Amino acid sequence: MYLSTVSRPVADQPGSGPRRRRLAMVSGNVVALGTVSLITDVSAEMVAAVLPLYLVLGLHLSPVAFGVLDGVHTGATALLRVVGGFAADRFRRRKLIAGVGYALSAVAKLGLLLAGRSIPAIGAVIAVDRLGKGVRSAPRDALITLSTPPEALGRAFGVHRAMDSVGAFLGPLAAFAVLLVVGQSYDAVFVTSFCIAALAVVVLVLFVREQPPGEAADGSNDPKVSVREALGLLRRGRARRLVLAAALLGLATIGDGFVYLLLQRRMDLGLRWFPLLAVGTSLAYLLLAAPLGVLADRIGRLPVVIGGYTALGATYLLLAGPVDGWPLIALALTLYGAFYAATDGVLIALAGPVLPARLRTTGIALVQTGQALAYLVSSVLFGLAWQAWGPQTAIRVAAVAVAGVLVGTLFLLATPSRLTTRKVPR
Amino acid sequence: MTAMSTRAKLGVVVASTVLLGAVAAGYAATAAEAPGTPPSAGGEQAVTLTSGPRLLAITDRHVSTVAATDPGGPRTVAGLECLRVYAAAGTGVCLKPETAWSYQVVVLDAMLRQTRAVSVPGLPNRARVSASGRMVSWTTFVGGDSYTASGFSTRTGILDTRTGTTVASLEEFAITRDGRGYRNADVNYWGVTFTADDNRFYATMATGGERYLVRGDLAARTVETLKENVECPSLSPDGTRLAFKEAVDADPAKGWRLSVLDLSSMRVTATAEVRSVDDQAAWLDNGELAYTLRPDDGQPDVWSVRADGAGTPTLVIPGAESPSPLT
Repeated sequence: MYLSTVSRPVADQPGSGPRRRRLAMVSGNVVALGTVSLITDVSAEMVAAVLPLYLVLGLHLSPVAFGVLDGVHTGATALLRVVGGFAADRFRRRKLIAGVGYALSAVAKLGLLLAGRSIPAIGAVIAVDRLGKGVRSAPRDALITLSTPPEALGRAFGVHRAMDSVGAFLGPLAAFAVLLVVGQSYDAVFVTSFCIAALAVVVLVLFVREQPPGEAADGSNDPKVSVREALGLLRRGRARRLVLAAALLGLATIGDGFVYLLLQRRMDLGLRWFPLLAVGTSLAYLLLAAPLGVLADRIGRLPVVIGGYTALGATYLLLAGPVDGWPLIALALTLYGAFYAATDGVLIALAGPVLPARLRTTGIALVQTGQALAYLVSSVLFGLAWQAWGPQTAIRVAAVAVAGVLVGTLFLLATPSRLTTRKVPR
Repeated sequence: MTAMSTRAKLGVVVASTVLLGAVAAGYAATAAEAPGTPPSAGGEQAVTLTSGPRLLAITDRHVSTVAATDPGGPRTVAGLECLRVYAAAGTGVCLKPETAWSYQVVVLDAMLRQTRAVSVPGLPNRARVSASGRMVSWTTFVGGDSYTASGFSTRTGILDTRTGTTVASLEEFAITRDGRGYRNADVNYWGVTFTADDNRFYATMATGGERYLVRGDLAARTVETLKENVECPSLSPDGTRLAFKEAVDADPAKGWRLSVLDLSSMRVTATAEVRSVDDQAAWLDNGELAYTLRPDDGQPDVWSVRADGAGTPTLVIPGAESPSPLT
C-alpha cells in the first residue's frame, strides 16, 4: 500500500514542477534500504517466532534458564550503538557499518545451529544478533536522511518503516511454512532464516549507495570527525535539545508487554489470542507509516510526533477508561499502531536536518540510545507503580506522564526554529 | 562497484536468490528426511489409566505405560501424542499439540478417551490431577508478553472436571505475601499440586525475582506465601510432605536440588539425587519419588529416589519422561 502513496504526485503543492515531482517519490537508496530491511525482518521474525518453541520444546530449557540467558544486554548495546555511529561518521563508511550490522545478525542465525544445547553459547549468539541490530539502525537511518531532501524526509522514513513492517509481518508466516514442510525441524527454520538474511546483505552491497549521486564526495577533504567534535553534539543547543527530547519521549512509553497485558485483563480476553494483539498493532503501523510520514512533510514533523504521543496517551486512557469489548481492542490497537507510525520514523526525520551531515550517524545513534535507555527506566517505573497502586491507577499516572512529557518536549523543541515549519524549497 | 550495471546487479541478486534458496531447500529436505523413529508398540493391549501396578510416562512424545514391577521391560505405547501427562483415579491430563503453534489441555477418561479439551496459550510445562481424579491443573510458558521486553512468563490454570469450572490463570487470585496484601504485574505461577479436599492446593509463585511456595484456596480465590525458594511442589499421598525442586544457593542458574519439605516442621531434607532436577516430581508411594532427568544429549530418562534422603537414585524407565503412578 505504500506504493500507491509513493506514486501519488503531489499536484496540489505550490511550486509543483519537475522538482516537486521528484520529491514526491522516494530516492532509490531509500527503496534499496527499505528492501534490505524488509528481507532482514522476514529473517529476524522467522526466528523470533520459533525461538521460544525451540528453546523450551527443542532444548527443554526452563524459563528461568532462558531469563538468565536473556540477560540485560541493553547497556552494552547502547554503548556500541553510539560507538558504531561514531565510526560510521569518522570513516564516512555508513554503508559498511550498516552492512556489518546486517551481516552479524545473519551469522547469528547460523550460530544458533552451532550453539547446540549450550546456554552460554545461545546467550552469546543472541547477544551478537542484538549487537547487529543495534549497530545497523543508526547508519541506515543516516543514509536515508543523506539520500533525501530535507523536505521529503517524513515520506522517506514512512516508506522505509512500512516496508520494514511488511517484513515483520511475513516472517512468522515464512517460519510457519517451513515448519509445515519439514515438521519439527527448527534447524531448517534457522538455515532458511540465514539464507534470507544473507540475501539482504547481497542487496545492500549491490544497491545501497554510500553517497547519493550528485552529492558524492562532498567535503571528502575535510578533517575526520573527532571524538571531541562528536561530544560537541551534546553542547550544541539544538542537537542537545533534540537528544534530551528523545530521552524525555522515551519516558512516556511503558512497553508493549504492559499495554497488551492491561488490554487482556480489561477484556478478559482468551489468553491464546494474546499474540494477535501485537499483530493488530503491526497492521495499524504498517498501514499508517507512509501516510503519516507524508503528513509530517506537509504540516511539520513536530506536530505529527506530538500527535503520535497524544495517541499514546489516549491509548493509556482507553485502557483505564469506559469503553469496553471489541471497540476497546480496535480503538486501542489502532491508536497504539498510530503512535508508532507517527513517531518512530518521523522523530528521525525531525532529527536529521538538525544534525550536521558529518555527525549525522552519531547524532541519530544518540537519539535512539537516549530513547531506549529512557524506555528501560520507564518500564521499570511502571512496574513499580503497578505494584504500589494497582494497574488502573498506574496506567492513569502513565497517561498524565505522557501529558507532562509532551509539555516538556514542546518546551525543548518548539522554539522558533525550522523544526515546526516545513522548509520551503528555494 | 559503480562499474556494475543495474542489469548485472539484478543478475547477481537473482543468482544469489537461487543459490541461497537451493541451500535452504536442500537443508530442509535432509531435515525432513529424518523423522523421529515411531515408537515401537511393546504389546497389543491398549494403554489405559485404570488403577494397577503400572507407571504412566511419555515415550517419544506418546503416552505409554510400563509394569511397575518391570519398568524397564516391555512398554505399551498409545497413538496419543502428549508433551506432558499425569493421571490419578482414572482421570488423565495430557498437554497435546493442536497445531505446530498451539497446545491443548486434554482431559482423558480411564480408557484414554478425550472427555474435555481446553486450548491454552504457550508451551506445555506441567500437568497434574488431584488424587480423587476431580481437579486438573496445567502450566504453560508464554513468550513475548513479559513487560521487560523478552523473557518468558507462565500461565497456570485449573479445571474442575465435575462442575466444568475453569480458572484460566491463577494471576487473578488475591495474594497475601508474608502476611500482607500484595500485587504486582510480574506475578507468575507454576506447578500446582492439590490436597485431598480438592479445594486447597500448593503451587509456586514468582515475583520480584523471588520464588515462593504458596498455599491456595480455589473457592476463596486466594493464595498465601509459605516459604521462599520452593518450586514445583508435589504433595505426598499422605498429605504430610511436599517434594519440590530447590534452587542451589537460591539461584536457579546453578540448577535445582530435588528436596522434600515436611509441612508440620517446615524442615527441608535434600534427596540423594545430586544432579539438577528440573521437574515436578511424582510420588510413587509415600516413600519414593519419580522424576525426569535430561542429560546434555536431550534424551530423557525417568529416575526414582527415596524421599527421606537415604539411598541412591535408580534408573526406572530409560528413554521416557513425565512419570505418573497409576493409582
